[in-house]
This record gives sequence, structure tokens and C-alpha cells, in this order.
Amino acid sequence: MSTLPPVEDIKAQIEAGVPGAVVTVVQNGSPSAQHSLLLGREHARDAALFLRDHAELRLDFCSLVTGVDWLDTETSEKVKVKKVVEGPDGTQQETEVEETRKTKIPGYLEAVYHLFSMEKKHGPVVIRVRTANRADYAHVPSLTPVWRSCEFQEREAFDLYGIVFDGHPDLRRILMWDGFADFPMRKDYVPPDDDALATVPHGKSPEVQA
Amino acid sequence: MADGLKELKIELSKNGIFTTTLEELYNWGRKNSVWPLTFGLACCAIEMIATTMARYDLARFGAEVFRPSPRQADLIIVSGTVTKKMAPQVVRLYNQMPEPKYVIAMGACAISGGPFRDGYNVLKGIDRYIPVDVHIPGCPPRPEALIHAFMTLQKKIDEQALTGPDRPRHLQAGQPSEYPVPAFGEHGLEPADNRDVFAAAEGNPLKVLQ
Repeated sequence: MSTLPPVEDIKAQIEAGVPGAVVTVVQNGSPSAQHSLLLGREHARDAALFLRDHAELRLDFCSLVTGVDWLDTETSEKVKVKKVVEGPDGTQQETEVEETRKTKIPGYLEAVYHLFSMEKKHGPVVIRVRTANRADYAHVPSLTPVWRSCEFQEREAFDLYGIVFDGHPDLRRILMWDGFADFPMRKDYVPPDDDALATVPHGKSPEVQA
Repeated sequence: MADGLKELKIELSKNGIFTTTLEELYNWGRKNSVWPLTFGLACCAIEMIATTMARYDLARFGAEVFRPSPRQADLIIVSGTVTKKMAPQVVRLYNQMPEPKYVIAMGACAISGGPFRDGYNVLKGIDRYIPVDVHIPGCPPRPEALIHAFMTLQKKIDEQALTGPDRPRHLQAGQPSEYPVPAFGEHGLEPADNRDVFAAAEGNPLKVLQ
């Protein structure tokens, strides 16, 4: 059993091996410290092929594909800004004023892949690919041509999150029926108002009502 | 049967004369030979299988012949979670059974959706589409509970009158023996419940509302 190099080294190897590839290390702050590699959409498939065929990494098995929904977020930070303020005696004075600056981070959908090597008996390497936005049917490249085991799991991510995997051989809903319009695992999904015996108004949890 | 007649019957039987009525004979025959449908949905089905095997031996109640076709079955034991994708098939199976037919809703899921009630894919109880004769609570119910439900059903069959206004559904020409199969809609099943069946159910708060 070989040990995997740290993700930073894998990132450097991808960037060296795949011209133009953009790879970012996503830190995992939890005790598991399972850091992952965020691949740019344009070169994700080339990078995946590189990881699969690399002589030492040989990540020949994709065990898991899942989706993650990241909503639009807003971060606010307090910044000290120098401003010219008119003092009580009428003179212009330069003082430091604290301001809160808000930055909006637009949401996106993410496909996460867990890769292992059967040959080298190591893993997992976690890779992520993000969509440009949270619109219905947002696109990422499919990695099914690289790892055949992704086929059904990418269909599941398409079904429940609405991520379209470009290049997938058979992208249909897998759990819900074909005419279903929603993506139920998205965070803003509202289930249909179908409970005739509901004691709480639809869309509200008992805590919210109280 | 009137009390006087009952006493006479007991008196006659003490003297070696057996008397009965057509209704009693008919119900006695029916209740001791209820053939369930070979049909299981989830973990409750494992308990149902255990009930039929040697230790609990449902054959003692004349129900050992699980029929592989709804056309030969008298009883459908809805044993497990009914997903919205499965619900039309369950209703269709019920529709294909010949009258008189009975339904046992086994376990929390079949009764109400159970722990998955708030899920996007689970029907909130099979009694929304087909009339249920016996509900068994439990998650899953033990085989003894299923046997108890079965005995309750036998008691119910035994008490059914052949004539009169209280005669069961299958002896009333105007009453339906099939119920509409729900369709897959864009957001869920359409309709969300069959009010003719659901609101008429005993102990249902909707019955009070209507």
C-alpha cells in the first residue's frame, strides 16, 4: 500500500501535467483534514484523465459522486477607513471611521468526486467541480468518460440538484420520474402542499410559527 | 342473530345438532382462507416474511398461500414505505384484485409516511388512495402485531353482513371496486389524495371537516 502525496503536491503535478489547468486546494478545517482539489471547469476532464493515468497516483476508481448546493452568501467585515470629517470647531479633520463592508458571494452548485486507486491501494483524493451559478440546469463537464462508475451517480446529482453533466452518455432522472420539474435536494426546494392533515401552514416549521 | 335464536342454537348443539346461517358459513369460509398478495416494500416486508415462516406460522390462520398475482389475492399487506414513484403501482395492484378485497397498512410508513413523512419522495400514508381495513403501528411491527392485525381482519370479515344497509362495499352494486390511479405531476402526485377514500376513513379529522 502506497501513501498518497499531500494535496498540494497533487495540485502541482496536475498543473505541470495539464497545460492551462486551474487547480485550487480547498482546505478542510475539521480533524479529518481531508483537503480537496477544486478543478476549473475547462480542464476538469483533462485533469481527471491525468489523475487516472498518472503512473504513481493511478486513481482508477471513482467511488462516490455527490452534489452540494451552495446558496448565495453575504459576508460582512469591519474595515477602518480614513475620512475627512468636519470637527466641532468647523475645521476639517481626518479621522478613522469604522465601516462594515458587505461582499456578496454568488451561489453555485458543486459536484464532488472521491477517487481511489485499486492498483496502488490508496485514496481517497477528493476533487470538486463547480458550476458558474445556481441556475436550473447549470453545467459542469461529465467525468463518466473517465470513470464509468460515475454514470448513475452523476444522474443522481442531475436528478436531485439539477447539475447538467456535459458529455454524459445518458443523462436522465434516476430517482424521480421524468416529468418532475424540481430539484429536491437544493436548499431552496419547497415540497408541494399535499398534506390534507397538516396542522401547520405549508412551508413553515412549528418553531417559525411560534 | 337475535339472542333467542342464539340460545336455541347453543341448546341444539348441546344435543348434537349443528345449525348455522348462510352468512355465518360464508364468512367462516372467507375469513379462514384469506390469500395475501406476494408484495413487500421495505423493512416491514422482512417482518411479514418472518410471520409466514415456521416460527410465527401465518398458515395457522389460513393465509399461507401468498399469491404471486393480484388477480388471485384477497389481501394486500402494504408493508413498508410507499414512495410517490411506487404509489400508482400499489393502487394499480389493488385495482386488479377481485372483490372482496382487504388492505392491511403495516408500519408507520404505510400508515402516515413514518419518519420519512416530510421527505419529497414519500407518500404520507397509503390510505390517501385506497381504503385501509387494518392499520398496524410500529417501526417495523413485530410478527405478533401482524398476526393481531390479521385476527382483527378475520373478526371484521366475520362480522360483515350479507344483506342490509350495512353490507360491505363489495356487495353494494353502486360502490366502486377500483380507485383512480394517481398521476406523476410536475411537483408531486396528482391528485395529492383521493378525498372519496381518504376523508371517509374512520377516525380521520377530514371526516369532521366535510
